[in-house]
Amino acid sequence: MIEPRFTAGQRIRIAYRDASGHCRTPYYLRGKPGMIESLIGRFHDPEQLAYHRPGLPKHYLYRVRFEQSALWQDYGGPGDDQVSADIFEQWLEETDDAEQ
Amino acid sequence: MADPNETELTRGVHDLGGLPAGPIDLEERPLTGFERRVDAMMMLMIGPDGAFTADALRRAIEEYNHHDYTHLKYYEKWVRALRVLLVEQGVLNEQQIDAKMADIRRRIAEGIEV
Amino acid sequence: MSEGEHEHDHDAHTPRSDDPPPSTDWEVLERALGELLVEEGVIEPGDVHRQMDWMDSRNAMLGAQIVATAWTDPAFKVRLLADARATLLEDMDLDIGTLAELEVYENTDTLHHVVVCTLCSCYPRNILGIPPAWYKSREYRSRVVHEPRAVLAEFGTELGEPVRIRVLDSTADLRYLIIPVRPTGTDGWSAAELARLVSRDSMIGTALARDPQDLKRNVA
Repeated sequence: MIEPRFTAGQRIRIAYRDASGHCRTPYYLRGKPGMIESLIGRFHDPEQLAYHRPGLPKHYLYRVRFEQSALWQDYGGPGDDQVSADIFEQWLEETDDAEQ
Repeated sequence: MADPNETELTRGVHDLGGLPAGPIDLEERPLTGFERRVDAMMMLMIGPDGAFTADALRRAIEEYNHHDYTHLKYYEKWVRALRVLLVEQGVLNEQQIDAKMADIRRRIAEGIEV
Repeated sequence: MSEGEHEHDHDAHTPRSDDPPPSTDWEVLERALGELLVEEGVIEPGDVHRQMDWMDSRNAMLGAQIVATAWTDPAFKVRLLADARATLLEDMDLDIGTLAELEVYENTDTLHHVVVCTLCSCYPRNILGIPPAWYKSREYRSRVVHEPRAVLAEFGTELGEPVRIRVLDSTADLRYLIIPVRPTGTDGWSAAELARLVSRDSMIGTALARDPQDLKRNVA
């Protein structure tokens, strides 16, 4: 059984790359730093399901939290307002705390 | 923050988060019969006895060009995707859909109820 | 639209008496697909109507009952926040279906959640029904992640200074329902009375629950 790569509380970065086809990692989050809020579970891969393929093996899905100040240079509100999104493991990268 | 020296990524037509946009139209009206029937057919087709997944529905719509994505109404996008996906999955074929549409138009012209 | 007693015997393509004949290509296509799916035995006559009726039964009143129960029954709320699917099935005989999971988030005096699907229009349909047009609009999907406070202001919703906003972008197979903050001045209210304070928009997060004073004055 493949173990999840990330744990709650861990700082991560969303991969900065293009999708090839259907993708549920929004453009506005690509390359952005965030934090794993929780591991949601294992789900069939939507990037495969979208093309009538079974989407196996299941991938780990995480709830990831972002500070608005990290997402937008012009955010008009408290910088610690947040966005939360559910992101698959293949779109998450480890990051050094020093980069934050 | 992403390295400004990195190549800019491609944003899908549907991938709207963060784009500039105007005020939100808060007006609400009941759905038309067309809209309710398209919604119902789609729910049946992505359900457990259906023909394709909700993921496929999203993907089909994401493949529309920018003009169509922006200008087609919500359920127009859905009924077109219904056609695309039912044909893709071999449930129906283009010829029979075209023939049935012609038949319906003929019935309308002859004053027969459809 | 009145529900005639023969409603459920209609084929998917039997006309509704108050519908004009199809005029656009899209409307003709809809009729064509409806007839073909029945002719090919993919669906039964009446399946579309049954699905329409079922969808009509999912609406804000269902959500308001859930919220009001959460406000009045702390043990229910704990279980709802931990496992919405099981709690709704066990306590309210409510099946959220197979397409997605449901998670319930609670707004507080310091944290306000608001839900969006920037990529399409994912929404807790099996509780709240079909989403409003604004939720599916380009403007809402583009702006609420970037400027949630300005968007909420357009809905007439202002949050106090210490409140932080968390926008929930429904990017996967999880759907979100918000428990708004219970209004003050409602001590001792029954769940049925409290449900009248819970609007659909307060369960999405673009509005707060209704002020009890507004209810007394019959403000819409």
